[in-house]
Amino acid sequence: MVSLPSTARRERVANPARTGRLSRARLSGLIGTIALYVILIVLAALFLVPFYLIVRNALMTQPEITSFTWNWLPKSAQWQNFRDLFRDVPMGQGLKNSAIIADVTFVFQILFASMAGYALARIPARGREVVFAILLSTLMIPTAVTFVPTYAVVSYLGGVSTLWGIIVPGLFSVFSTFLFRQFYLDFPSELEEAARLDGAGYFRIYWSLLLPNSIGIIVALGALSFIFSWNSFLWPLVIGQEPSSQTVQVMISGFLTAQTINLPELFAGAAVAAAPLVILFLILQRYISEGVRLSGIKG
Amino acid sequence: MKTESRVLAPAAPLETTALARRRDRSATFAFWVFVAPLVLGLTIFTFVPIVWGLLLSFSRARGTIHPGAWVGISNYTSMLSDSAFRNSLVTIVIFAIFIVPLTFAISLGLALLVNMAGWGRGIFRTVFFIPTAISYVIASLIWRMEIFLGLPYGLANMVLGKFGHTAISWIATAHPPWYWLVLVTVRLWLQVGFYMIIFLAALQEIPRDQYEAAFVDGARRGWSTFRNITLPGLRNTSIAVLVLSIIAAFQAFDEFYNVMGGTQASSGNISLARPPLVYLYQVAISNLDYGRGAAGAFILTVLILLVTFGQARILGFGRRA
Repeated sequence: MVSLPSTARRERVANPARTGRLSRARLSGLIGTIALYVILIVLAALFLVPFYLIVRNALMTQPEITSFTWNWLPKSAQWQNFRDLFRDVPMGQGLKNSAIIADVTFVFQILFASMAGYALARIPARGREVVFAILLSTLMIPTAVTFVPTYAVVSYLGGVSTLWGIIVPGLFSVFSTFLFRQFYLDFPSELEEAARLDGAGYFRIYWSLLLPNSIGIIVALGALSFIFSWNSFLWPLVIGQEPSSQTVQVMISGFLTAQTINLPELFAGAAVAAAPLVILFLILQRYISEGVRLSGIKG
Repeated sequence: MKTESRVLAPAAPLETTALARRRDRSATFAFWVFVAPLVLGLTIFTFVPIVWGLLLSFSRARGTIHPGAWVGISNYTSMLSDSAFRNSLVTIVIFAIFIVPLTFAISLGLALLVNMAGWGRGIFRTVFFIPTAISYVIASLIWRMEIFLGLPYGLANMVLGKFGHTAISWIATAHPPWYWLVLVTVRLWLQVGFYMIIFLAALQEIPRDQYEAAFVDGARRGWSTFRNITLPGLRNTSIAVLVLSIIAAFQAFDEFYNVMGGTQASSGNISLARPPLVYLYQVAISNLDYGRGAAGAFILTVLILLVTFGQARILGFGRRA
């Protein structure tokens, strides 16, 4: 399969005999390791720069940010930027709206997806294959593109400038349904049979056997769903046309695209909007990676 | 699919047909109760909108969401002959040509680097992955108001200034189109960590003994093991990453809207790089022309499906797995 570089083989064989002295192979290995870490550290620093900039600018005064000499840190941390932010814009309202939207979406999207996933995996019923095929076909529709037709329907139902108008169209995830279906297909059927012999019906089995045993996948997909709805922008922008229904992202965007900009408050707003998710992310990282991995398999 | 027949099989011969039928009926009832929320929701918010949108796209619907004033295909011909819409399609193709290969190469590169690291692997993984938690709005804010700010105190211009270069107006310059640098890097920062995680998971699933066998044969870590073992092992994952990143690129909206400036033609530089979704937003939401907006949405959908299937054909069926 792989060609045989004979010198490499000799070096590998000779290595153990040369302990104590730095052989050429070990030296090149060491150089390789150092190079690897130099590259990794430089890249990691680059990836962290935007986080640093948010914190730095959120705690500076406007003259400090716009100074023509670079200031690494604020002379003194300007915590009142946050107080000014909440005084000047209805950030509290935006944060509340975003939290409601992300929470409700997370709970119901996961509930509906796991229910349907269970039925598709485990309940033998007429019409199941047809339902499955119809659901499969919706995966081909690029979701963001449908915002114009969906807007017409939501507007007809009176959902413009309401929170439910932002939330409800996002509660039905075929993608999560398929991941749950796959998960329940792999669930050991012996447990289910035992529950059935005890007289449990489909509802009992789902609620007290399968759901408690799917905490891992619920957290994985739930965390991704929470992050996605907290960060989403186009649909909340289309529907949230009044401050009472605007999410924190829509508010910051309005702030950003406005003509006059107060830089410290802008960055303080970014810090406030990003902090909850960064914390959530660090706590649930293991589950989120699992959710991402599942997305990759299905994708 | 196989499992539930196993569940039912042992009991079946003992049951009378009436009992079996009742059981059948209760299963069907339970099935529909369980799928009802999803099916109802998708009907109202996916299938009805598709039909409604199709009807709108054949109607003159200005300032009304009600179809009925039929105009045939004139919304489609009007969109296709609209140079702003055609330019938006060109813009998104250019964007995809930049972002898809770069995302692929960088996320794969990061996955390989992190996978090679022993000490500190978890820390590097987290650092590259954490931008996933940040929204496009906030990332656009940092890119536009600090890193690529067109004034001399923006970060990029500060660095240029150290080398004696004058400040560049990154976002507002038409020639050379520096705004592509801003738009591409912001998406790269946000999404390469996500795809890196997918690659990392796939790398860990390549059997270790394949590498060990190659090492016994005298291969060294490096290009030949990468080409003969790693890359073939990542085939399916690579296709998934390409498909996901292409579909995402064609639906770009957030960073264009927020980096290039609002939707008013007068404010901001959106006309320099306006993707289809921003144009559809302007047509349908700002100017209330739902007929043309719906027609444009269907044209874009067809384009995305063509690109996705075309790519699947090239990657999926062109070679043997």
